[in-house]
Amino acid sequence: MSPLRLVVVGASAGALDALIAFLPGLPADFSAPILVVVHVPPHRRSRISDVLQPHCALNLREADDKEPARAGTIYFAPPDYHLLVERDGSMSLSSEEAVLYSRPSIDVLFETAADAFGAATAAVVLSGANSDGALGAARIARAGGLVVVQSPESAMSAAMPLAALAACPAARVVAPSRIADVLLKALPA
Amino acid sequence: MGERAEDIEIGLLLEALHQRYHYDFRAYAMASITRRLRAARAQMGFASISAMQERLLREPAFLPQLLEYLTVQVSDLFRDPGYFLRLRENVIPHLRTYPSLKVWIAGCAAGEELYSFVILFREEGLEARTLFYATDINPAALAKAEAGVYDLSRFRVFTENHRRAGGKSSLSDYYTAAYGAGGFDKSLRRRVVFSDHSLATDAVFSEMNLISCRNVLIYFDRPLQSRAIALFRDSLAPRGFLGLGAKETLRFSEHADDFEDFAREERVYRKRTLK
Repeated sequence: MSPLRLVVVGASAGALDALIAFLPGLPADFSAPILVVVHVPPHRRSRISDVLQPHCALNLREADDKEPARAGTIYFAPPDYHLLVERDGSMSLSSEEAVLYSRPSIDVLFETAADAFGAATAAVVLSGANSDGALGAARIARAGGLVVVQSPESAMSAAMPLAALAACPAARVVAPSRIADVLLKALPA
Repeated sequence: MGERAEDIEIGLLLEALHQRYHYDFRAYAMASITRRLRAARAQMGFASISAMQERLLREPAFLPQLLEYLTVQVSDLFRDPGYFLRLRENVIPHLRTYPSLKVWIAGCAAGEELYSFVILFREEGLEARTLFYATDINPAALAKAEAGVYDLSRFRVFTENHRRAGGKSSLSDYYTAAYGAGGFDKSLRRRVVFSDHSLATDAVFSEMNLISCRNVLIYFDRPLQSRAIALFRDSLAPRGFLGLGAKETLRFSEHADDFEDFAREERVYRKRTLK
């Protein structure tokens, strides 16, 4: 496993509970950028970063197109856009077709992260009622990256963690409150 | 070890596409291009991207199939209703003062944005004095835009968006439903010129009062975004308007100073007069 340089996170049904147990565990000096896809309705503004911000040491906001992803910030995919990672570490948005009925799609974020950061990527799959993220997590695992899956019994909807585990049998399985520790141990010394 | 084989293949295919057919995707954002070429390879059953390139070089008939993958763009009628509401309430009053108008829908894809504009202008009584240019690089997309036929299941969202965009008429006045599809009335195309145009390689072709180019620049890398923005600036009449997508901005552009914010939230800009 290479030292961690990028964290990508996917969540759907039950996202808020999982994120609120996970993200506040990350310290302000966490040295890798964090990109998050939450399945949100397309036609209205998402409040999730506003809701979570008071609980977090890191800054939370929506990603801008072609913005460099930097440590110290947790970037969310805007509603109705896919979020992609470029090789130079910048983020792109796209209005391509939905994947598994979702835009943003967790698989799109994970697949492009695997291409751009390979073994230096960690994927985190949280609660959700579909299978988005499983294919992308498998790509990250194949590239030598770390896959962390919320324990199905701790998830409001276990389908997404179960799908990710089926695709990545070697994934770490932990309760959401333990995910930050797993990531911290994977950071460069 | 050098570059990954797939990266080299993608670079070569884009080079071939440019040299052979003058379609230039070389300055597109690569994460999306890579995904789309992978999808094309898998769905059309090629063993590799190189195999796809060989077919592309030798069979011009293959080009439209590949373009369908490379130019995927999904929109709605009155996508982001707040954008159209802002145009209706704040931009239209300025446009009303001109005896004739030119509006450019750049990257019109399958035409949803175009029909939104024509309906808006008809409702505001400006259609008869306006010429609309709808351009795209993909001839198949232009043909769809010109046909104006969409799956009937989409009209529920279209209708809701139109209402939220301040629609003053019933959307059903503009289309006919048959066999699971809704077709827009041909009268909406009376004032429209459909044309092939590339923001990557083509130049200014007329002087516009309003350009709407939403969710197109996000597919470009920063230098190509910059080229397109300069092209818009040079295509706009003095004090002309430019509308971008909800997540697109001129803020990082070297040409930002040529425009002023007109409606920051809705990403409507206005060309400054020359200093």
